[in-house]
Amino acid sequence: MLDSATEILRLQASGEASAVEITQLALERIHASQSGINAFTHINEEGAIAAAKAVDQKRQNGLPLGRLAGIPIAVKDILCTTDMPTTCSSKMLQNFVAPYDATVISKLRNEDAILVGKTNMDEFAMGGSTETSFFGVTRNPWNQLATPGGSSGGAAACIAAGTVPLSLGSDTGGSIRQPAAFCGVTGLKPTYGRVSRYGLVAFASSLDQIGPLAWSVEDVALLSEVICGFEPRDSTSLDQPAPSLLSAIQSTDLRGIKIGILEDALVRDGLDESIRRAVMDAAEIFKQAGAEIIEIKLPHSDHYVPAYYVIAPSEASSNLSRYDGAHYGHRSTNLASESVTKNGPLAATYCQSRSEGFGTEVKRRIMIGTYALSEGYSDQYYNQALKARRLIKGDYDAAFNQVDLLLGPTTPTTAFPLGEHLDDPLQMYLVDLFTVGANLAGIPAISLPAGLSEAGLPIGIQLQAPALHESQLIFAGAAYQAATPHHHLRPENFRF
Amino acid sequence: MTHTDGYTTETIIGLEVHVQLKTNTKLFCGCSTTFGAAPNTQVCPVCLGHPGALPVINEQALELAVKAGLALNCDIPPVTKWDRKQYFYPDLPTGYQISQFDLPICAEGYLDIGTDSSGDAERKIRILRAHLEEDAGKSMHDEASGQFDTRIDLNRCGTPLLEIVSQPDLRSSLEAKEYLNELKLRMTHLGISDCEMQEGSLRVDANVNLHIHVDGKKIATPIVEIKNMNSFRAVERAIDHEVDRQYDVWEETGKTIKDESKTTRGWDDQAGRTFLQREKEESADYRYFPDPDLLPVRIPRERVQAIQSTLGEMPGEVRERLQTQYGIKAYDAEVIVNQGKDFIELYETVVTICGDGKRASSWFQQDILRTINEQQIAVSEFPISGTDLGTLILKITTGELDNSRARDVFQHMLDHGDSAEASIKALGITSVDSSELEGLCRELLTENPHVVEDYRNGKQQAIGSLIGQAKKRNPNANPKTVRELLLQIVETL
Repeated sequence: MLDSATEILRLQASGEASAVEITQLALERIHASQSGINAFTHINEEGAIAAAKAVDQKRQNGLPLGRLAGIPIAVKDILCTTDMPTTCSSKMLQNFVAPYDATVISKLRNEDAILVGKTNMDEFAMGGSTETSFFGVTRNPWNQLATPGGSSGGAAACIAAGTVPLSLGSDTGGSIRQPAAFCGVTGLKPTYGRVSRYGLVAFASSLDQIGPLAWSVEDVALLSEVICGFEPRDSTSLDQPAPSLLSAIQSTDLRGIKIGILEDALVRDGLDESIRRAVMDAAEIFKQAGAEIIEIKLPHSDHYVPAYYVIAPSEASSNLSRYDGAHYGHRSTNLASESVTKNGPLAATYCQSRSEGFGTEVKRRIMIGTYALSEGYSDQYYNQALKARRLIKGDYDAAFNQVDLLLGPTTPTTAFPLGEHLDDPLQMYLVDLFTVGANLAGIPAISLPAGLSEAGLPIGIQLQAPALHESQLIFAGAAYQAATPHHHLRPENFRF
Repeated sequence: MTHTDGYTTETIIGLEVHVQLKTNTKLFCGCSTTFGAAPNTQVCPVCLGHPGALPVINEQALELAVKAGLALNCDIPPVTKWDRKQYFYPDLPTGYQISQFDLPICAEGYLDIGTDSSGDAERKIRILRAHLEEDAGKSMHDEASGQFDTRIDLNRCGTPLLEIVSQPDLRSSLEAKEYLNELKLRMTHLGISDCEMQEGSLRVDANVNLHIHVDGKKIATPIVEIKNMNSFRAVERAIDHEVDRQYDVWEETGKTIKDESKTTRGWDDQAGRTFLQREKEESADYRYFPDPDLLPVRIPRERVQAIQSTLGEMPGEVRERLQTQYGIKAYDAEVIVNQGKDFIELYETVVTICGDGKRASSWFQQDILRTINEQQIAVSEFPISGTDLGTLILKITTGELDNSRARDVFQHMLDHGDSAEASIKALGITSVDSSELEGLCRELLTENPHVVEDYRNGKQQAIGSLIGQAKKRNPNANPKTVRELLLQIVETL
């Protein structure tokens, strides 16, 4: 029952289950899963039960209920919440409680959702394996020796582990889609500007976007409808009404839809054969449903990862300068006396607080970004990357002149063993090969479960659409899920 | 300027002026900008730089910045954008200041200074640019309790500033002061800024060096940026001091602009000298880059034109108009204009009623300005309305009141808030019947035969002593009328 939001709504409406019962079940499963999976950084025990009671009360009193009434939802620990810490899985914010709710959090509360906890992530969303978290790694429910992906590893794993039907993640270079693929769930990165970033702790502001994860496209659509929409507090928010997505699921007839299959991606070195085959199979399924399949190339795809790994760290180096130990967050209490003598008490406090508060990967990216923005180097790096970004947008514009959607793999491999890439940042960065394009171009993209590899690990395929065309992703994604059983597969230890 | 040892020098000055825009709220959030609130009470997640908070541009700040640009004859480019200037300091909670790097809201402009009565400017000072940026908070170093104790007040964080950068076109401290006066006048006149240096709503940094002419060659001294000047007078003094200091240092060391990069010096007002603050300017790399949280702003031509149409007269234009329209002197026009829009408006209301620009001007220069200064009130708080003031002055013009009685009435109006008519009544001032006055005059002349004698012997001024006596016997007697009557009568005796 905890694997479908729509089912939970039905059960409550029919009186078969109360919000409190559902929430208690979710909390039980979260507790049970923590020692093995460690998907959560904070469990909102009392708050969740109180919220569930309020929903049941409302229902009893015949009051109107929100669209997510009584549904347990987990949110990535990068979204500001007043009733739970917001740590970004960093020692820097270990005890930080935000003074306000992120816009998406307010929207969830307004729709009577039950916030059961905050999910684990790579520190400040920097990473693709949830291994850089200060609170320890999250493990993949399909194979606990494997990564759940990242950075929204906890948000994907908590669904795969059967603890909640819905979660919110954030995606800067693939951080929703890649863990969704690794954990066999569905994950959507909406168009840049669709979802307010107010209250999303910034990693790379021009790329960050909040999005939903769930087993099915239908549940993803439900949560998307709630979180999308214009908000004046975010200057980059698009002045567009929230899209109507559930209505896009009415039909599975894809006639008239042109889908471009990403030819280059399929011949990439390092692409798992099982994933290549899953993409080919998906193309066949879309064709069966009436879509026209066309081969498409993105000519500058070699530049995507390099451009991304200049732009994202550059913005991050700036965004993370606010963590200085002066106002909130970690402040070093035992300043080295030689540092105080050499730099003065202020600079020593900065240096030591930041040295202690940030982990290796965060420091690496701050240094890369600081370098890329430095006088004399910014033309070679940051400004060059911005030029590449314009070319990348041009790639997509040209592709979408020919087709409605692009089909390809979400990741080159299935979930890799924990620790495999930890000492090899470049290998880790290449995991983002197929996902960063959508962030750089600001377009929406969805990862869909597409079966299991021979090793029994989930495979994800990705659909990308032009800006503001989330409904097309939902439409085609739902048609795919109507024709395939992949999103119904559950990891062996978490079949309830 | 020629120094004692004969070398001719030229002073080169460029000014960077920060004016705080008079917006209700901060540049990127809804917090109040009121000065003087308790520390850290006008703050929110945005100006505190909290994780996840995002800036949103204040339209009123854009409006005022464009207005300021137009008042400074600047071009307003169609697109402007925001950049982050990055440095660590505890009063800058985000670790970067949102500013404008390569596309400022106001491009090149100029300001005329030393405008004479004919309206011709003596000097045109070019303005390089003016850009918007957010202010930082205030650090208060409590030295009494040890070097580690610094208090931070973040109320000022995010307050909108317009940084106006002049070209190095100023050639003396006097010109610098004139430039600042004219700039301040325009900003206050248009309600763009209060320009109170004491409150920090106007701040000035001066870049100064010398061009020394030696044997037909021009030698430039190293550029110094002077900071911490708290009044226009301080700016003047600091520049004068720096000119002498740089000349002396050059004589001593021979160091030129090629030998030393720009240094920053603070002004010590009490000691009357500058002191070294920062040696090498090039060490700071602010790593400017476009702020990804904010979109570039388009300012269409129509919007600029709409703002232009609300500007009204510039202070210089008002000065000229007051002279031609009301026949007052250039100096008097300047005094009136320098008091600001409300003062000008009050003056013009009064003139409309009394019809005598000169007389009104003299009252404004003296009695009204003195009252405002004594009572320390704003012009808008002046206790007598323009209509009542006009009525009072009209009574002088028509001879109903003499100047000294008028002052009594004015004082009564101030003290009791009565109209001119009511005050006249309250003071028992009535106009004296001319036959009554004539009788009084005859009486005085009869009682004072020596005055008549003196007058006949050619001492016309002897009559004057009787005017005072007439006033004593009847305070309502108009001295002018008394004088005329006395002269008429004495001729017939």
